[in-house]
Amino acid sequence: MLVPLSWMLSFAPLPTDVDLLRATFDDLGLVVESVEHIGEGLDQIVCAKVTDISAIDGADKVRKITVDAGGAPLTIVCGAWNFVVGDVVPLAPVGAVLPGDFVIAKRKMRGVESNGMLCSARELGLGGDHAGLMLLTTVEGATPGAAIADVLGITPDVIFELSAEGNRPDAWSILGVVRDLAARLGVPVTVPALTDASIATAAATSPAAASIAAPAFCQRLTVTAATGIVVTDSPRFIVDRLEACGMRAINNVVDASNYVMLELGQPTHAYDAHRLSGGTLGVRLAAPQETITTLDEVARVLGVPGRGLGDSGEDVVIVDGDDVVIGIAGVMGGAATEIHDGTTALVLEAASFSPMAIARTSKKLGLRSEASSRFERGVDPNLAGAATERFFQVLRLTCPLLAVGWPSAVAEGDVAPVTVITAPVGEFTRLLGLSLDAATVERLLAPLGFAVAGDAILSITVPSNRPDIRTMPFGVADVAEEIVRTYGYTKLERTFPSWSTPGSLSAAQRRRRNLRSVLCGLGLDEVWTPTLVDPAVAARGLGDEAVVRLTNPLSAEEGALRTSLLPQMLAAIAYNADRRQLETGFFELGTVFEHPAVAATPRTTKAGGGGGAVASLPMERTHLLATLGRHGDDAATAVAMFAELHPTLGLGPYRLVQPAPLTDLGPLGLGLHPTRSAAVVCVATGITYGVVGEVDPTVVALAGVHDGRRIGLLGLDVDALATGELARAVGEAIPVSKFPSSEIDLAFVLADATPADALRAALVAAAGEHLSSCVLFDVYRGTGVADGSRSLAFRLQFGALDRTLTDGDVGAWRTSCIDAAASLGAVLR
Amino acid sequence: MGVTVGTLDLDAYVGAADAAIRAASSTDALDAVAAEYLGKKSQLALVQRTFGSLSDEEKRTAGAALQQVRSTLDGAISGRREALAAAERLEQLEADRLDLTEVVPAQVRRPLRRGHQHLISQTQAELEDVFVGMGFTVADGPEVETDWYNFEALNIPPAHPARGMWDTFYLELGDPETVVLRTHTSPVQVHLMEEAVANNTLPIHAVMPGRCFRRDTPDARHLHTFHQIEGLVIDEGITFTDLAGVIQTFTTAYFGPAMSSRLRPAFFPFTEPSAEFEITCAICQGAGCRTCSQTGWIELGGCGMVDPAVLDAVGIDATRYSGFAFGFGIDRCAQMRYQIADMRALVENDLRFVEQF
Ligand SMILES: [Zn+2]
Repeated sequence: MLVPLSWMLSFAPLPTDVDLLRATFDDLGLVVESVEHIGEGLDQIVCAKVTDISAIDGADKVRKITVDAGGAPLTIVCGAWNFVVGDVVPLAPVGAVLPGDFVIAKRKMRGVESNGMLCSARELGLGGDHAGLMLLTTVEGATPGAAIADVLGITPDVIFELSAEGNRPDAWSILGVVRDLAARLGVPVTVPALTDASIATAAATSPAAASIAAPAFCQRLTVTAATGIVVTDSPRFIVDRLEACGMRAINNVVDASNYVMLELGQPTHAYDAHRLSGGTLGVRLAAPQETITTLDEVARVLGVPGRGLGDSGEDVVIVDGDDVVIGIAGVMGGAATEIHDGTTALVLEAASFSPMAIARTSKKLGLRSEASSRFERGVDPNLAGAATERFFQVLRLTCPLLAVGWPSAVAEGDVAPVTVITAPVGEFTRLLGLSLDAATVERLLAPLGFAVAGDAILSITVPSNRPDIRTMPFGVADVAEEIVRTYGYTKLERTFPSWSTPGSLSAAQRRRRNLRSVLCGLGLDEVWTPTLVDPAVAARGLGDEAVVRLTNPLSAEEGALRTSLLPQMLAAIAYNADRRQLETGFFELGTVFEHPAVAATPRTTKAGGGGGAVASLPMERTHLLATLGRHGDDAATAVAMFAELHPTLGLGPYRLVQPAPLTDLGPLGLGLHPTRSAAVVCVATGITYGVVGEVDPTVVALAGVHDGRRIGLLGLDVDALATGELARAVGEAIPVSKFPSSEIDLAFVLADATPADALRAALVAAAGEHLSSCVLFDVYRGTGVADGSRSLAFRLQFGALDRTLTDGDVGAWRTSCIDAAASLGAVLR
Repeated sequence: MGVTVGTLDLDAYVGAADAAIRAASSTDALDAVAAEYLGKKSQLALVQRTFGSLSDEEKRTAGAALQQVRSTLDGAISGRREALAAAERLEQLEADRLDLTEVVPAQVRRPLRRGHQHLISQTQAELEDVFVGMGFTVADGPEVETDWYNFEALNIPPAHPARGMWDTFYLELGDPETVVLRTHTSPVQVHLMEEAVANNTLPIHAVMPGRCFRRDTPDARHLHTFHQIEGLVIDEGITFTDLAGVIQTFTTAYFGPAMSSRLRPAFFPFTEPSAEFEITCAICQGAGCRTCSQTGWIELGGCGMVDPAVLDAVGIDATRYSGFAFGFGIDRCAQMRYQIADMRALVENDLRFVEQF
């Protein structure tokens, strides 16, 4: 909303210190988006008549101009060419300061003295034209030496661009803003009359009539007929004020309506009386499929339910005496009854509509107007009379024969009773932390029009221009806001509450932090990949029914929720590969989504109007995925990485199950390399909670990584880690023996078809209770080992807490190990 | 009964080609078969070149017959190619097989390089730590919500004009426009309050970080996916001046001792009174500059006393309890601290960006 200082000053003797006004606006919650100074720096600019133009030796871009600026002839060097001798142009004489603190000084160019600067419109802050000098030749009064501000009729002004919050319907007008400012600054407000002749004494015409058939949607409808209209241009000061507020002048009738809306906040609409049936306006709901062509020449279909909750198709319309729809209430009038050049009589509508109804209709039709934005917030139901009178005051400036049919016809719908908030004064202190008494509350609220009565228990009557203030009990909070707002947020004390419970992260949050820090320690970079993905990508490997789609995506490629982190993480590797950055080892901790129709355990939650319904929502799971695309990375890297990570997870022993049982893995199993991946399974519970291995080469290529590298993969279902069954009981520390330990190395040749883990398990079982560790330390294929087999070398460490083991002990365990291995077909080398 | 075109017996030709296709044992061999029977030098192609001497009618009949042969053979070849390619892929995968339990971790290369946590998760952790130090717990919540949690319980009824404050992504679930990607972390407040009422565990002192979504076309300053952190205190005797104090404590703890905060009246449906909170402009230290429009202050987030309608919706006794809530962008904190010119860098995951943090 643009608010000119000059217009505000017509209501109240406000201070003109712009910084003070700006700070006051800010503290009142009227946010100052920008401040524009009009006509700033024009006071020294004068009209100058060009009397001679001559070339300067050796210069082809500039010329020597002689001008008459009311005194002795002045020579000026100028680079513009769009004028001839006899033209009148603006002159900034030596010493003038142009917008932007640009000081004009006497200069010498090409040996010619330049005594000032001839200016373009843009240089004077008067518009965008920079093509040449501003030409004043045909402007009346542009005589040499005349001040340009006087000639152009420019009064210096300051325009504040304010944004009033949604709960401040009262503040969306010049008068509303002034009222707020004046209350804070302690100055009186008066609304000046525009004409000496009172409208009340104007010749009467026959009065109009009004009716409301939808009382829940319209509190009050005020209809006034007038004759003696001549459609013409508005007076200059009306046009100036409208333009300063960013509106275009149309004609005196439309301008009067806009002027009143800007000034008082009441939208009105004028209909051509001869295009209506009778001087009657009514308010009712549109019938289903009823249509109207609005002022913007678009045919609108009304009475149709909108999408989503809460729009059952109740559109409020204005009808004439024949019940024909002539306007969409509060949004836009119809084209058929529009004011035109030949209009001689009009009917003026001024009403107060239900904010919710106007908002619904405006949203559904995609039609926002100055009127609808105001009605959406709520218009003072008692404002229509004053606005009507103001409208005719303005119109009378251009229509001397204006005759108004007083009194206006007023129909009433469900008029809201006056809101009274009753609360102990201590209730406001309890919410605000300010020490308040009745006198203080009254001092703060009375200038805004609130009537405060009572002492211990306050009874606060809310003015009708504050429909945002709710009734009891919620209205207490609204009044509390007005109290603290007028008190001043910037003056607010700061207190520091304390409580006895400690702050903390949850176990799941600590686990996520641990995963991040361990994986970063292992050299991986964390990435953030998109949640919104291509539906085809989301469906990959799962089917369309697993995909949750967006109703209104910004683009088709962002039309679904991700089902897996893998495709986008591979895309991140491809993105870097395209920039020759190949050392990409990434991880992400993120949410993936499963459609409730396919989820084993869909999430159900409260939904619908009033929270009374139940909805099935997508299952959200937190996945950790690492894609290892650095030089030399492969499945082995992933296995080694998990071996490092596992001890920090607080889980019991795990084993790798190969091939990975895809049915247990769900989306975590997508894109796995069939012969180089394994599931991570908890030994004690059999619960599968992760994968290690490689990405299927076909999937790698599909993601746009074509350099043939292997991409290792490590994935964890982070939510599964939190389940009680998996979490290991706090383990006891294992005592370390003070006696020397004994080690033996055993190498076996074993067929490739038998996993190394099977042999290790057999060795561990056979070695008995004194085995402290059994580690595979070498794998060998080649000369001396048959094809289809490999040599696996294990180091077994034995120890006892109470003695040194003998060679005999160790020899016996060695024999049992070799026997156990033999039963698997493993041959000692 | 065989059809013959020129010198070519088509049935015999198809029979021979079929046998060759079936006999091809690799995709390379199949390529050769395809060239032999359908290529430019195949008998089929040669016969086609003799059409010049035929009548129009004959040309049409013969052409149709040849086309039939072509499409039959094309089908057979592509079927065979699929089978061969699958077999070849299986063979390659089999040759590639690795027993993951024979990996010797000590033999795996370990680069001497630390990784980098994403700027946003770093920022989130720093913010969480500040609030934990101030006595807050940290809560999580889902990214998909119903209309109830994202709007209605927060005093934003259906079709309320205030919904225009959030551009919402809707999901194709349930009735139209009833399931949303959360537009703010505020639904977590509702979950916390409902749980606290159900389990009789009031008061609440919690912050809620998380990913949010708004249907805004991304540009250098905004992404449609972003991260917020939100705070909620519900207790007896909580006041608006407490909110001002907590905001100030946070500001100096996170941004530094020289930084101050101020509140300015604002409107949010779920708080009353409401405020924007601003912090000292870090660029000019409050002196006024272009970034802060000469005000010396930068807007960080919104806050206010929890609206009694919200307390009512979750069943909290507003005559006994009061509370405040505040929220701001995690991404915005990072943007301010590092002067990130284009936020899209956050999701591009370019190593040159990632490695800076
Ligand atoms: Zn600044």
